[in-house]
Amino acid sequence: MGKLQSRIPEGHIAEKWNRFKSTQNLVNPANKRKLDVIVVGTGLAGSSAAASLAELGFKVKSFCYQDSPRRAHSISAQGGINAAKNYQNDGDSVFRLFYDTVKGGDFRSREANVYRLAEVSNQIIDHCVAQGVPFSREYGGLLDNRSFGGALVSRTFYAKGQTGQQLLLGAYQSLSRQIKAGNVTMYPRMEMFNLVVVEGKARGIIARDVITGKLHRFSAHAVVLATGGYGNVFFLSTLSMGSNVSAAWQCYRKGALFANPCFVQIHPTCIPVHGDYQSKLTLMSESLRNDGRIWVPKKKEDAARLQQGEIKGSQIPEEDRDYYLERRYPAFGNLVPRDVASRAAKERCDAGYGVNSTGRSVFLDFRDAIDRLGKDAIEAKYGNLFQMYEKITDDNPCEEPMMIYPAIHYNMGGLWVDYELQTTIPGLFAIGEVNFSDHGANRLGASALMQGLADGYFVLPYTIQNYLAHEIRVPRFPTDTPEFDNAEEEVRMRLEKLISVGGNATVDSLHKQLGHIMWEYIGMSRNKAGLVRAAEEIKKLQEQFWSDVKIPGRVEDLNPELQKADRLADFLELGILMAKDALHREESCGGHFREEYQTEEHEALRNDRDFAYVAAWEFTGPDREPELHREPLSFEHIQLKQRDYR
Amino acid sequence: MDLKLKIWRQKDSRSRGRFVNYFLREIDPDCSFLEMLDILNEQLISRNEEPVVFDHECREGICGSCSIYINGRPHGPDELTTVCQLHMRKFNHGDTIVIEPWRARSFPVIRDLMVDRSSFDTLIREGGYISVNTGTAPDANTIPVNRDDAVFAMDAAACIGCGACVAACKNASAMLFVGAKISHLASLPQGRVEARKRVQDMVAMMDALGFGNCTNTGACEVECPKGIKMANIVRLNREYLKSTL
Repeated sequence: MGKLQSRIPEGHIAEKWNRFKSTQNLVNPANKRKLDVIVVGTGLAGSSAAASLAELGFKVKSFCYQDSPRRAHSISAQGGINAAKNYQNDGDSVFRLFYDTVKGGDFRSREANVYRLAEVSNQIIDHCVAQGVPFSREYGGLLDNRSFGGALVSRTFYAKGQTGQQLLLGAYQSLSRQIKAGNVTMYPRMEMFNLVVVEGKARGIIARDVITGKLHRFSAHAVVLATGGYGNVFFLSTLSMGSNVSAAWQCYRKGALFANPCFVQIHPTCIPVHGDYQSKLTLMSESLRNDGRIWVPKKKEDAARLQQGEIKGSQIPEEDRDYYLERRYPAFGNLVPRDVASRAAKERCDAGYGVNSTGRSVFLDFRDAIDRLGKDAIEAKYGNLFQMYEKITDDNPCEEPMMIYPAIHYNMGGLWVDYELQTTIPGLFAIGEVNFSDHGANRLGASALMQGLADGYFVLPYTIQNYLAHEIRVPRFPTDTPEFDNAEEEVRMRLEKLISVGGNATVDSLHKQLGHIMWEYIGMSRNKAGLVRAAEEIKKLQEQFWSDVKIPGRVEDLNPELQKADRLADFLELGILMAKDALHREESCGGHFREEYQTEEHEALRNDRDFAYVAAWEFTGPDREPELHREPLSFEHIQLKQRDYR
Repeated sequence: MDLKLKIWRQKDSRSRGRFVNYFLREIDPDCSFLEMLDILNEQLISRNEEPVVFDHECREGICGSCSIYINGRPHGPDELTTVCQLHMRKFNHGDTIVIEPWRARSFPVIRDLMVDRSSFDTLIREGGYISVNTGTAPDANTIPVNRDDAVFAMDAAACIGCGACVAACKNASAMLFVGAKISHLASLPQGRVEARKRVQDMVAMMDALGFGNCTNTGACEVECPKGIKMANIVRLNREYLKSTL
């Protein structure tokens, strides 16, 4: 194992977390006031962690690049949040949530982490209700649930189609309360550009004021990254425009290991790509699959006429429709996990059955649900999603089936962390989507919100004390040290280098090229030749970037193009690492589908003998190959088997 | 479609701003309004001109970053729509489109179409929350909530904090924003405990930040991209009155 000490507590899986909490080091209240914690990012994980740490008495510095912490990308999450409450009396339990999550992740996550996640899931719901999160309720006044992919129970709590918004506002309000109380200092429009490491420990960050362009130094006893996912390496994704990998990437370059970078989630139900000016893709919540049925025509000639725009989906009779998910997976039907649903859509479109002008789309149809429950009931449930769809496409989903296609949505990979959510740099923690820990090779729907809030409210505030207890004798320290000087100088030189390229290609035009390479070769299905080619093409693009990028304006000024260019420089490096990781993993699992490794029914073929491990990559230098470290995964409580949703 | 854009350009909060004309050709009607501005910016960069600065983030109509006045209306001509969800098919070939930032004393312009809305964050800090520490909550189903109350709370909580209500109001009043938060929390049993102090503190801060008074013109409700109702202002007034008794 070497560098990778996962630090999983001893004992039965159901006792590990309690045992850890009972025996870990804690910091006494008088000392908490003397300890500073930097939290970067204010999504679900960052806001909840900053608020909870401040409630405990730590002094927190919270950072976001947006104008307000409430604008973080978590706000876009639509469908819901899972918890093992078993309020529906349908057989749910902590173990079942744990089991579904490990299985859904195709057995590439760490058992102990996932069990803890399932364990604290119930507390999240309790806390959010106490905060005033307006979850949807039954007529009796109790909380309502719905189903999400990969589960046979209804365990998803939701607030209309805006669950992420409501949960984030809950965390934001708790954060606001702590800002008012003076326990959190908030730094909006302040973007992290570098990590400061002093004597091997994370001790601060360099951040750039988005408005003035000036660099600032911040010190602390620990640094927490809650900076989200890196899906925008594909240019088009469902992520917010500003979401980026740079904070995590700077930490990788400073010695934090990056785990399973090739594990990317492609969400099956998004509005398809329509033009080359397009800037982002819009998700249509997985909850729609509760009532919507996915299909393509049975006859190729019908597909051809749809592609030509000669007929509409509603004109195709029932007997000529192929409900391919229900056909292939009768047990889970339209609610198979995301990776399975995405691949099945691609398979049909590749075979020529796509239903829009580009041939890259399938139908999601509410006709039967409207016949069964009435139009009003369906609109009450999904009204805001239907409106959003109509605004973008100019089609009404009550009259014509929705057209959807898979799109980049989430990253299971991220900074490697141990059981205590600490990276390989002491004092640097990673929570929420930016870490790799809980979702293996595929995340189940409504589990991202659960993990972000679990990490921020209930896990990190404990585990970080196990580290901070050793820091109580360290006084607050100044930022005029050589380590801070160097870290700031690195950033300054990089920004100067970027702006002085003075070429002809705009940042977006280069980013789109990267996106095409990523989607073509490191997207929904991958093969050896393609991955080798991808790495070569990205390297060429990288050379072009550093010789031909055009950035207007100055470094010390409000400069959105410079921000984008800096992020793209890191995405280019990340893309190469993703290709490398995908190439080395000679198996198919979850969202990672290697064409060479599939069953006769075209399902993912895992190789547990050789690849039941976390691949954690270590940066060894700018022009050197990263070094692979392996954390073996052992499954003591779940039997490894091929996922079967039939 | 071909378009003429009159865009407000302003270097910073201290400088004087002015309208600058731009011409765009062959814009696809399926393109979103912000994508149209992206296309403009790509052209400006190629011509060595300064791109237009504007706030944007989710482009799904939920983060509330959009803050653009289009043809005299916050978020443009479409009902219940943020700028990022507005599509060019709502305009016609040959149109002139006037594009400005929010204009309110409490939202100073940072540059071009980007404004400073931190006063909204300051308002929430004055009590727009329920004081509950992590780990102390009882089981979520301990307190049933009447479904109608829950629906009312959700509709109020749907506010995205964009500031269109303030921008639309001739008095630049923040009553709809504050009212939405007050009534979200006041309509839930958990939020009743602090209702009195919350409404007092938030209203005092609203005045201190320079937001104007409400004269019930209803412009805020008309322009709110999330359909937040004036009923929330009524609720705010009622809660405020109650708190003084």
